Amino acid sequence: MAGSTTSPPGRKASRFGLGADGTSSPLMLMIKIIGLAFITAVALWAALPLFRADNWLGLAVVAAVTGLAFYVYLSPRTVPMKYLLPGTLFLIAFQVVPVLYTVSTAFTNFGDGHRGTKEQAITAIEGASVKQVPDSTIYTLTLATDGDAATGDIVFLLSDPAAQESFVGTAEGLEPLEEGTFESPTPGGKITAADDYTVLTVPEVNARQDDITAFSVPTDDGAIKSQGLSAAFEGAPQQSYDEECDCITDATTGNVWEADAEEGSFVSQDGSQRNLAQGWKVNVGFDNFVRVFTNDTIRESFLRILVWNFAFAIGTVVITFGLGLLVALALNNPLMRGRTLYRSFIILPYAMPSIAMYLVWREMFNKDFGLINRILGTDINWFGSTASSMFAILLIQLWLGYNYMFLVITGALQSISSDLVEAAGVDGAKPFYAFRTITFPLLLVALAPLLITSFAFNFNNFTAIFLTSAGAPFPPDNPSAGSTDILITYTYRLAFGGSGADYGFAAAISVLIFLIVATVSIVSFRRTQALEEIN
Amino acid sequence: MATTTSNATPAAAEDGSPPPEVVRHGSAKGGWFRRTGLSHLVGILALAFSIFPILFVVSASLNPTGTLSSATLIPREVSLVNYQELFDGSFPRWFVNSLVIASLAAAISMLISACAAYAFSRFRFKGRRTGLMSLLLVQMFPQFLAIVAIYLIFAEITELWPVIGFNTSAGLILLYLGGALGVNTWLMKGFFDTIPKDLDESAKMDGATHFQVFFGIILPLVAPILAITGLLGFIGAINEFLIASIFLRQDESKTAAVGLYGMIADPLTKNAQFGEFAAGAVILAIPTVGLFMYLQRYIVGGLTAGAVKG
Repeated sequence: MAGSTTSPPGRKASRFGLGADGTSSPLMLMIKIIGLAFITAVALWAALPLFRADNWLGLAVVAAVTGLAFYVYLSPRTVPMKYLLPGTLFLIAFQVVPVLYTVSTAFTNFGDGHRGTKEQAITAIEGASVKQVPDSTIYTLTLATDGDAATGDIVFLLSDPAAQESFVGTAEGLEPLEEGTFESPTPGGKITAADDYTVLTVPEVNARQDDITAFSVPTDDGAIKSQGLSAAFEGAPQQSYDEECDCITDATTGNVWEADAEEGSFVSQDGSQRNLAQGWKVNVGFDNFVRVFTNDTIRESFLRILVWNFAFAIGTVVITFGLGLLVALALNNPLMRGRTLYRSFIILPYAMPSIAMYLVWREMFNKDFGLINRILGTDINWFGSTASSMFAILLIQLWLGYNYMFLVITGALQSISSDLVEAAGVDGAKPFYAFRTITFPLLLVALAPLLITSFAFNFNNFTAIFLTSAGAPFPPDNPSAGSTDILITYTYRLAFGGSGADYGFAAAISVLIFLIVATVSIVSFRRTQALEEIN
Repeated sequence: MATTTSNATPAAAEDGSPPPEVVRHGSAKGGWFRRTGLSHLVGILALAFSIFPILFVVSASLNPTGTLSSATLIPREVSLVNYQELFDGSFPRWFVNSLVIASLAAAISMLISACAAYAFSRFRFKGRRTGLMSLLLVQMFPQFLAIVAIYLIFAEITELWPVIGFNTSAGLILLYLGGALGVNTWLMKGFFDTIPKDLDESAKMDGATHFQVFFGIILPLVAPILAITGLLGFIGAINEFLIASIFLRQDESKTAAVGLYGMIADPLTKNAQFGEFAAGAVILAIPTVGLFMYLQRYIVGGLTAGAVKG
């Protein structure tokens, strides 16, 4: 490093180096040296796998970040950056980059069926269309994975009883298994264990059924597909890609699908067949956003969810603030005994882990076994109708949130000078009138930023919905948009729900949520002039 | 409604008996009910509302039958069998995971945002205003909105550096640190601004470096706000569910939040599992409630400065 020489502290500090910013005590210098050594060690540790994977872009980023860190901590002119760098790096890596990635995904059709490149789609289509032909080789199959049974890549452990040979088939191709690295009862018999691979049990096979059906081992003549759980055959693909017409032709039926670069799918030439399920990822521009407003089903559910989302967030703020204010005013009575005791118990829900309490509340509202139905002697399916579901959710929100409001209002009440109220009292104002015209406006001014933050937080309060009603009840015609869904739970279902992932569309809704929350917050912050205080 | 008395004599505050001659304004004169009865009534109702779900979960955890349908507000029988079963399962592991992840994430993010707040509060530099504004904006794009992107990015990281990939506490902590600046810096900067600059100026005159000013003078003075952000960060990480549930799939790497959710996720078995779940909820509450009670004196002041529970 250029500035690794330490200069003795003099009247003129050196331009660059360990002591450049006036650090002179040996302890401080040691801390700096250890810190820089640590950065170097982390950088080397991060660089090795990147180097092995030939990831030059990644290496360049690591080198640039390391260089920046050395510059910042050795230069005397970058004092603020010395304090900002760690947080900024984390912010960029785990917040800004994912956000930008999300925004860019919103303009693609990324999702199930549109994951990879066009080449990958063609390989998958050809592999999936493999059919058994009269002279196909039949293998004895053992299903296994490379690594963990639940997440590892599927591999086929194959043995050919006729030739008494054993192979391992991966997505890359077929390779012979060496003697002694696997176990089978007879040469060419079913393999029962193999080094480096995890043989799947029956329940594990069931869990990965879809992956196994989609899997094929490419070979020179076609591909190897499974047939049931213990046999596999080598067959020839029925559908093949022709570069000349940029299309896929089915050898048996003669159907032709042409590549559509705008949709990222193979589209039936004469319109008689459905598009092939396997497509590729393309940019679709503003299509995802346009879909939100033009597709009737989506627009209807989006607007319905948006309205409830606002009602939920505003409602939560209003009721928690209302009850919090009432209790704070009642307990703000200096004549009252045992105020500390009341206070400690009333704020207890705020300290409880909300994740567990949401679940407890959900079970208290359980139709068959729940406490609330038992106490009331009713048989209400709380999450079965829209109104009762909304009521239950808001009650839970009230329980979890009013304590917080109670705390901050109590704090604010104590800071509001009592002189004004007293003066009003002397002038003959009734207590309620004094409260309405003096205390309450002052409270609102003091707490406005908090109320806005609370709104923004609740607007995206995923757990409050997901852990209680989970969006229920669902309209019969649209099982992906529940009556009590808010936008973020709706997005989650689109991206990770059962009916096929649509990441591009989910990302577009994420961007819309951000725009809504940001607009509302900025407008209201401006109105309360909280932003004007930056100096 | 609360009476708007100017001030009460100590004697009147000590006990609720009719106070001696106190000069009061407005309509505060009246019987006992008028003075404090209404306050007690509201207080008792609020207390009952706050307490009853907690009572229910504690009682369900002590219920030897251990089912949801037999759980009551006041336990009929008391036994620790649910706790015993809980500790024979994976819960101890989950609980330790939660504590490790939450305390490390809270402590590191507290330090990171304190550093940033110091820079924003004490130095004037190019891009300061822009930096503050972009922090505010980034904060409005909550990390979990980018959950799909985070998933895809970490799929890549798991390939390259498995030590900080999926199913590791270290990876999850790093991910949480990404949100450290956005959440706390504004809150802390506001508090730092209230500490007179003369203090650091005079220390600098005496030859202290910016590092010594920060650690020796500023940090001890902002202890209350450090306590608040630490506490909120801890509670937030203990309660974080969405990212953790996608990030941690293996049983032994789960946090208590993800594990407890899984315990009663299956509608067929949740009735029978409820006692064990309730015991887990009670145990998970111990660190947060304990910390909350311990730091209570800082909390009102800190919250009013603009924090929201995560």
